[in-house]
Amino acid sequence: MATREQRSKAPLVAADGTPLKEALRRSQAVERRRAFALVAPLLVFILLVFAIPIVAMIWRSVYNPEIREYLPQTAAALSSWDGEDVPPEAVFQAMAADMIVGVENRTIGRAAARINREIPGARSTMMRTARNVDAWSAPYREKFLEADEDWASLEFWHILQRESRLITPTYYLLAVDYEYNAQGEIAPRPEVYQVYQSLFFRTAWMSILITGICVLLAYPISYMVATQPVRIANLLLILVLLPFWTSLLVRTSAWIVLLQQQGVINELLVWAGVIDTDGRLRMIYNRIGTVVAMTHILLPFMVLPLYSVMKTIPPSYLRAAKSLGAHPFRAWWSVYFPLTVPGLAAGCILVFILAIGYYITPALVGGDSGIFISNLIADNMQGSSAQLKLAAALATILLVAVLLVYWLFNRLVGVDKLKFG
Amino acid sequence: MAVPTYATTSERIWYYAFRVICGLIFFFLIAPIIVIIPLAFNAQPYFTFTREMLSLDPDGYSLRWYRDLLGSSEWLNSIANSFIIAIASTIVATALGTVAALGLNRRNMPARALITAILISPMIVPLIITAAALFSFFARIGLSNTYLGIILSHVVLGTPFVVLTVTASLAGFDQTLIRASQSLGANQTRTFFRVILPLLLPGVISGALFAFVTSLDEVVIVNFMAGPAQTPMTVRMFSGLREEISPTILALASLLVALSILLLATLEMIRRRNERMRGLSPG
Repeated sequence: MATREQRSKAPLVAADGTPLKEALRRSQAVERRRAFALVAPLLVFILLVFAIPIVAMIWRSVYNPEIREYLPQTAAALSSWDGEDVPPEAVFQAMAADMIVGVENRTIGRAAARINREIPGARSTMMRTARNVDAWSAPYREKFLEADEDWASLEFWHILQRESRLITPTYYLLAVDYEYNAQGEIAPRPEVYQVYQSLFFRTAWMSILITGICVLLAYPISYMVATQPVRIANLLLILVLLPFWTSLLVRTSAWIVLLQQQGVINELLVWAGVIDTDGRLRMIYNRIGTVVAMTHILLPFMVLPLYSVMKTIPPSYLRAAKSLGAHPFRAWWSVYFPLTVPGLAAGCILVFILAIGYYITPALVGGDSGIFISNLIADNMQGSSAQLKLAAALATILLVAVLLVYWLFNRLVGVDKLKFG
Repeated sequence: MAVPTYATTSERIWYYAFRVICGLIFFFLIAPIIVIIPLAFNAQPYFTFTREMLSLDPDGYSLRWYRDLLGSSEWLNSIANSFIIAIASTIVATALGTVAALGLNRRNMPARALITAILISPMIVPLIITAAALFSFFARIGLSNTYLGIILSHVVLGTPFVVLTVTASLAGFDQTLIRASQSLGANQTRTFFRVILPLLLPGVISGALFAFVTSLDEVVIVNFMAGPAQTPMTVRMFSGLREEISPTILALASLLVALSILLLATLEMIRRRNERMRGLSPG
């Protein structure tokens, strides 16, 4: 018979005789698997229909397979070229072999078009040589050089070598207004083509401006709603929630109606005699239109988190501060305001993230001076395959910016604190 | 908060000034939405109040834009498309999202934070990026210009809202109710359907409404993804607003405002019912 001492040292066992620790571990593993099984369908769905397409888009923005695909032997031969002098015979031989295959498969035209994108005029050189090349025999180098002096151009071979790499930064350079110059160095693009950098900055500062205006407008009304008796607060909240639930297009069209030159506000001002009919204000199809309409559309996203924080602050705090002699402003600044910072941070980052990626409203009311980077992503999406790649690069830069802000948001506030309605 | 009797003059002035400022901001929020409703009854093809409208002359008003809208098979088709897409994607998003939220809120969920972040990410990533990614991807697998492609992309957009709202209602869930139900003799199935589900339903329904509205409102993705056969009303509105805007769009916009009022009322009803069920006083 075991003594009390011995029994306490023996491992505790479950009803079926396994040690209790083991049984607990096993049952927890089962629980974990069950919980995961519930989440798995959505997780798989999001990975398949959302994450993979995004990764594919990022990959597309750097992927540059055309030269390798159409001129595989040349690409391989060029990889060991030192770039000092016209390439050796091996490269020309590879080029001749690729051209013969290309003419047979009818891919030579595509190869020539791809090279022509980098070196204007290269298409005709390529095609002319390709037509004759199957009549030639080794050594090819002299025959190429005799046929066309363009084959002696170091610049041509440098570009071909660069473009035969599978991964290219070209589209990212374009996305920030840089390109490879004739010497193969990275240089700013000609000024007339410089659009993207300034547009990224405009998108950022206009989003910050819109966020700032939203703070100024949301703070007083959130405070108002939070300090009213329940019945009135609910009524006031409806004034915030109705725009929140109303279609984005409806609100944008409302602003077109209000702000146009023949619109409600201009008519009202003319009727009241503030302006005469020739002096109608231009409030739309420019930056003003974008800022006004987007502030209106995003304001509820600032009010709701602010309100939910302010609701929890007891009004007695402010009274206490005042009764201790603080000026009302001082009481607000050192007692009330710090308590609202979490809501303010949530609202700001929410509004900023939403604003920076806006497309519809700037497209409709922004004219030329009020469009965002999203609008140019959309324009490039409807273009050639090179433009599609540029769109992917622009989208990736925007995505990184948004994820950075999101990460910051998660660190500061926590995504699970997001609440709606 | 009335002005206390001991308030100084400057405090009184500030008190009323503050109310005026708030009134103006509320006006800014609500007026643009209200103003389009009478304008949709304009007898003239203008976007402003005519003299006849201002003098409340019945001749200044007409139903011609509503007749335009409801008499045009193109508009009606696109409205039908919008609802087909929204209803289908809401059903799938609600089912997937609710089940996932139930799993996420189990005690033993592994890698909860990471998985939550992945599931919520479609809400954070700007629509134009999602559109750019899905546009090429669906073109490659042959889903562009199909209902299925559009519905799948709207399911992606809708699930984060369902996950968030169901998670929120699970967070306020009193676990002792399950024990109470079981101690009173209910088995697990009965407990789920009679106790857990009714308490969870408000979260599920508001999540579904969010998913529905998100799909109904969505323009960016469908603009790239929809062929002529699937064109939903938002795309038609968008191109209408870009080219030549006619008051027909305002008629549709007014109907959409009515729809959002209806949705808001439904949500408010759910919220009150929910608070009653949890034994809180409605407020």
